[in-house]
Amino acid sequence: MKKLNSLDDLARFSQHSQDLNALKNSNEAAILVSVDPVCIAKGAEAIKDALVAALADAGLGNIAVYEVTHIGNPEKEGPDILVYPRETHYVRLVKADVPEIVNAIKTDTVVTRLELPLPVVKDEELHDPEPKEVRVILESIGKLNPLAIEDSIANGAYGSLAKVLGEMQPDEVIETVLASKLRGRGGAGFPTGLKWKFVRQAPGDEKYLVCNADEGDPGAFMNRKVLEGDPHAVIEGMAIAAYATGARQAYVYCRAEYPIAVNTMNLAIDQARRLGLLGENILGTDFSFDLEVRMGAGAFVCGEETALLASIEGGRGEPRVRPPFPAQKGLWDKPTNINNVETYANVPKIIGRGVDWYSSMGTEKSKGTKTFALAGDAANTGLIEVPFGITLREIIYDIGGGIRGGKKYKAVQTGGPMGGCLPEKYLDLPVDYETLGQAGSIMGSGGMVVMDEDTCMVDIARFFMEFTQDESCGKCIPCRVGTRRILETLQRICKGEGKPEDIPLLKELCEETKQDSLCGLGQGAAGPVISTMEHFMAEYEAHIYDKKCPAKVCRDLIEFSISDNCTGCTSCARYCPTNAITGERKEKHVIDSSICIRCGICHNVCKFDAIVIE
Amino acid sequence: MPEPAKIRDPLDMPEQRRVIDRTIDEFMHLPGAAMVVLNNLQGRIGYITKPMQAYIAERMNVPLSKIHGVVSFYSFFTTEPRGKHVVKFCIGTACYVGGAEQLIDKTKQVLGINPGQTTPDGMITVEVCRCVGACSQAPVIVVDDLNHGKMQATRINNVINQILQSEAVSAA
Ligand SMILES: Cc1cc2nc3c(=O)[nH]c(=O)nc-3n(C[C@H](O)[C@H](O)[C@H](O)COP(=O)(O)O)c2cc1C
Ligand code: SF4
Ligand code: FES
Repeated sequence: MKKLNSLDDLARFSQHSQDLNALKNSNEAAILVSVDPVCIAKGAEAIKDALVAALADAGLGNIAVYEVTHIGNPEKEGPDILVYPRETHYVRLVKADVPEIVNAIKTDTVVTRLELPLPVVKDEELHDPEPKEVRVILESIGKLNPLAIEDSIANGAYGSLAKVLGEMQPDEVIETVLASKLRGRGGAGFPTGLKWKFVRQAPGDEKYLVCNADEGDPGAFMNRKVLEGDPHAVIEGMAIAAYATGARQAYVYCRAEYPIAVNTMNLAIDQARRLGLLGENILGTDFSFDLEVRMGAGAFVCGEETALLASIEGGRGEPRVRPPFPAQKGLWDKPTNINNVETYANVPKIIGRGVDWYSSMGTEKSKGTKTFALAGDAANTGLIEVPFGITLREIIYDIGGGIRGGKKYKAVQTGGPMGGCLPEKYLDLPVDYETLGQAGSIMGSGGMVVMDEDTCMVDIARFFMEFTQDESCGKCIPCRVGTRRILETLQRICKGEGKPEDIPLLKELCEETKQDSLCGLGQGAAGPVISTMEHFMAEYEAHIYDKKCPAKVCRDLIEFSISDNCTGCTSCARYCPTNAITGERKEKHVIDSSICIRCGICHNVCKFDAIVIE
Repeated sequence: MPEPAKIRDPLDMPEQRRVIDRTIDEFMHLPGAAMVVLNNLQGRIGYITKPMQAYIAERMNVPLSKIHGVVSFYSFFTTEPRGKHVVKFCIGTACYVGGAEQLIDKTKQVLGINPGQTTPDGMITVEVCRCVGACSQAPVIVVDDLNHGKMQATRINNVINQILQSEAVSAA
């Protein structure tokens, strides 16, 4: 692979890559050789030369041999080649295999001992778009091979970077992003152009760029999909941001739970570097920029920007007071621009297709599209992308197919552990930053967990508080103590030991934690409690006054028994984890409630609806 | 359970020691090196003992308190070896709503251990984690880095048996 040394080089390479894709879909004969560095180390270049020579000898000199960056897994399958038009994948080749392969081409056969068909993977997370979706960020995912840069380039990747380098001053780039009204997708929705402007204007030559790929919100996986499926969109967006802000070195901070995303990004960065799209004098201009992936290590608070920076610096990921904001004082005290994965991925689209196109989507204050991870009790779960302003009902019912199993809707949780739960009456609200905020939740990064009637909202509040309490870094007392006391109170209520005073107590604790905590984690921790108390107070009261869990979830407040529906199939007894169920085959079974832990497995496995929960 | 004292520190095993040295050499000059070194050692050795922490601090010329502070802050860093296989239960929102607790209840019965523990033969460690980012497949369990989605309590036995069988095969 030769470096691209000019904007024209990129255009030519793009054309070449498009031609290659056309060729793959035609009936023409051709050979693609992977020149992944691992394949090269194992002799790929010699194999390529031998192929060219052997083809010529066999009178097949008209069959072209092309280099591509990636075919199969280089460690396990390299050196490997693809032979068209059959698309035969030959793996672990040595030079001595070449005559046999050429002979097979000549006789239109296959060397079966060298063949390993490329796997066909079915994506369970990204379905074909529903009519109400608009795919911008997810547009190319699944349609291009993220492991081979030429596929992205054929699809237009780095075209916006070329445009910026060739035609635009940094200030013009910032003005464009400002005009597009792009807002940060990490949760807070801060205007991206404004942030870039602050970084550009901050004094000093040494500036940094950071991509927040920590995606800690449990229930969200949009960023992972983008990193794994369209890594060059993120790299290109970051390169444009670096050009605009004046940063020369960047870090992608990715959570350790995403090993595939980390590997894909590393591979993409390496390929971009080899083509001269990263590094010194990119595309022959005087713009130089490079980036590196850094891994988190399982701390949710590291998604908070100042904690994230502390973690990249190699220390404990503890947040610090802002101001100064990272734009003034960030990595190693230098001005630093930090944006979310999706924020960066939007940038090449805005530059490429223009501000007018971009701001034609969305609402007055929230422009463009947003990806969401639809999970929980929706009939269709997976990733979706919608224009801002769509209603929750359209998302959950038209796109998500409603509630699974014909159950009733209860709430949708947005914004993760700092967010809130919205009941039915909010279903017709338009989804944008302001409206969700006013309704008592937040936009967050795009986690959307749908909950049906069998969900206990007090239990959900307890669940989130357990999460936040566990993830509180403990640096400041309001968060450390506040989350613990709220959790203890909720645990008591769920056990049936709640007292009427607990309601005002919870409200007070929530208010204090919100007001006095240092960072967004503590400030937002009470969100799920406040919103469930506001919308589902009757459930709290049932737990406290009647010692009942209306959704029949809280284990201390329910009892399991078996009704006359029981046919004695023994299924429940087999799967009960505590052997609490006994009975003869074909006879009604009984549950020993002194052993039963109320896990509900019997209820799930019973085909006769014989398990009664009270 | 073997006595902790009988476990030899990776520093005392020549092969492991070489990995440790190589890892430190490879990354110690990066800006913010401590996290990179520790992350890679956690991956390559599997845990980071107290003596290892002291050794890293000395080699990198930083206070031990700093290395220790970082190791104790992040949940991914462990100071003791885990079992040969690790079964992780996602208890993120989607998986919790999807019934992750049942799966853990069932596993407790099958293996006789709680999350955070290892079977007495050192074969399987059970852990919980917060969202592995496969939420549309909830509930998810992760067996040695491989996700198993839409898990059900009725399938837990099979999953565990598969691990044990693969062990039996590789032992034979
Ligand atoms: C506790 C906490 C966790 C956060 N987690 C993330 C995260 O996982 N990903 C993210 O992009 N932003 C996260 N944020 C927001 C970041 O602090 C920051 O606002 C964001 O990365 C800025 O990028 P944007 O302007 O592109 O949204 C988190 C904030 C808090 C307080
Ligand atoms: S609010 Fe919580 S997470 Fe944030 S600094 Fe304080 S203790 Fe740490
Ligand atoms: S909540 Fe379990 S994978 Fe996300």
